[in-house]
Amino acid sequence: MRVQARRVWGLHLGVLVGLGVLQFLLPPYHHGVVTRILLFGTYAVAYNLLLGYTGLLSLGHALYFAAGLYGAGLPVYYLGLDAVGAFFVGMLGSMAVAALLGIPALRTAGLAFSIVTLLFGQTGYLLTLYFNRITWADQGLTLPVQVPPPLRYNLALLLFGSALLGTLWLVRSPFGRVLMGLREHEERTHLLGYDPFLYRWTAHLLSGALSGAAGAAYALLFAYVGNAFASVLYSVYPLLWVLVGGAGTTLGPLLGVALVTYTVEAASGLLNAYLVVVGIALVLLIRAFPQGILGSLRDRRWRWLP
Amino acid sequence: MPFPGPLALALLDGTTNGLLLALTAVGFSLSFGILRIVNVAHGEFFMLGAVLAWAVVTVTGSFPLALLLAPAAVMALAVGVDRLVLRPLRYAAQPTVVATLGVLYVLQQLTLLLYGPEARGIAAPFGGTVEFPWFGYSGYKLAIAGLSAALLSALGVLLRGTDLGLVMRATRQDPEMAVALGVPVERVYTTVFALGAGLAAVAGVLVVPVQQAHYLMGLDVLLLSFVVVILGGLGSLGGTVVASLLVGWMDGFISLFFTPTLARILATLVVALVLVVRRGGLWDERAG
Repeated sequence: MRVQARRVWGLHLGVLVGLGVLQFLLPPYHHGVVTRILLFGTYAVAYNLLLGYTGLLSLGHALYFAAGLYGAGLPVYYLGLDAVGAFFVGMLGSMAVAALLGIPALRTAGLAFSIVTLLFGQTGYLLTLYFNRITWADQGLTLPVQVPPPLRYNLALLLFGSALLGTLWLVRSPFGRVLMGLREHEERTHLLGYDPFLYRWTAHLLSGALSGAAGAAYALLFAYVGNAFASVLYSVYPLLWVLVGGAGTTLGPLLGVALVTYTVEAASGLLNAYLVVVGIALVLLIRAFPQGILGSLRDRRWRWLP
Repeated sequence: MPFPGPLALALLDGTTNGLLLALTAVGFSLSFGILRIVNVAHGEFFMLGAVLAWAVVTVTGSFPLALLLAPAAVMALAVGVDRLVLRPLRYAAQPTVVATLGVLYVLQQLTLLLYGPEARGIAAPFGGTVEFPWFGYSGYKLAIAGLSAALLSALGVLLRGTDLGLVMRATRQDPEMAVALGVPVERVYTTVFALGAGLAAVAGVLVVPVQQAHYLMGLDVLLLSFVVVILGGLGSLGGTVVASLLVGWMDGFISLFFTPTLARILATLVVALVLVVRRGGLWDERAG
């Protein structure tokens, strides 16, 4: 067991160190792309906490990403709040929204949960349109903040690193074991004395807060707020990233984001309608790795992957 | 309280929209109930029906021909999707979500390439207004409602009263037992999937004279199908139809009183609330 724990932590720290070194090797353009991958990777890690480890399929997570985005962006734009303060306003804001909406949403289970979250997500998107005079919904707002690229990269890495190690610690903790127990067998876990609602609600809250942190960081680091990030597409993306990388694996989300992002990059160089290529790639990928890449590898070979 | 006129109009429009939605959603519901997959590409079958209808009418000038050819083409396509994508994945839940999302991208973007980004409409195959005491209503829209209702009833008869329906229901209840009893489960799956795609395509054809065909029109329909299917109870035909009508009426009525965006916000929240209160949807089939 000891050896395995060392191997697991070693792998994760190794990945983070690798990402730290990577910034010195990347050409400027890809430097920016990888920064985005780190931020969306954080979002995917947050999503995976719910889908992969708790077994809850949310279709409205864009709401939390956007809550962080707007929660951080609007105070900067209208009130001149400083970036650090704005980050925490965004994160706590999305956490509050997740805490509140988790109560009705988690009364449902299975696909009804997916639909209720989808509807909440749509409501959030429509609200950005309804308050168009404040949000400038589809044009978006450019924020008066400037972060030099190297700092931007390292802040994104710091956020992603905390999210990754935080999840790793969480899923290996007793709390995480209860979540996985709920995922596998709700009744049995309930009989052991754990309150399913309370555990799911906490996981939902953590996932919402972390999604919001990713959104807030995105707004501040890229100085932009727009309601495309509140649309259903940004609820589907994390699902896609996590399923491609491997749901219920700690490193799967990052791998999924990186793979999907670079497939899109490569394909958009090839074709106007690059999504055709992306679509075919998705079908082929999932045929080869039905459990996502890391999930399938864990099934076949590396059983110790967390 | 508005006049009875607008109210009755909202009711009638809601019925037409609701029946069209049911026609689309029922395919989603069948693949969900029987194949146990969430087909994210279902809205694209609707969209292809509409786009192909435009193409057929533009080339041949015949709407009835479009009503035959477009759904037939979409059904053939659905058989292809089943063979190439769903069957190799053994209809497993999570992988098929990713795979059908891939299919969605491919169909949507190929349509964009071949058909272009414009929204195009066609003339209704017949004009005419039916006069009610307070207002006149498009005869074509009434025909849409009638045809949708007829198709949905026919599907009901197919499911309840024929051998094929029996086999479908048996497959849904216990796939393994069905295999053991010699039911060709894979062929049933293909049939169900193609049938659902064909019905969505019919709805797509019918909608073009009122709403125009556009390559992105599948998404809204997919989201609504999703909602209606869960609201109506998993895989229940009756539940899907009633839930569609409710969504149609609610949309019509709320739009009478509020601006469109606020109306959609309220409608969305009402449906969410219904689901929270009645966890299994309005008609929970597991009960009976």
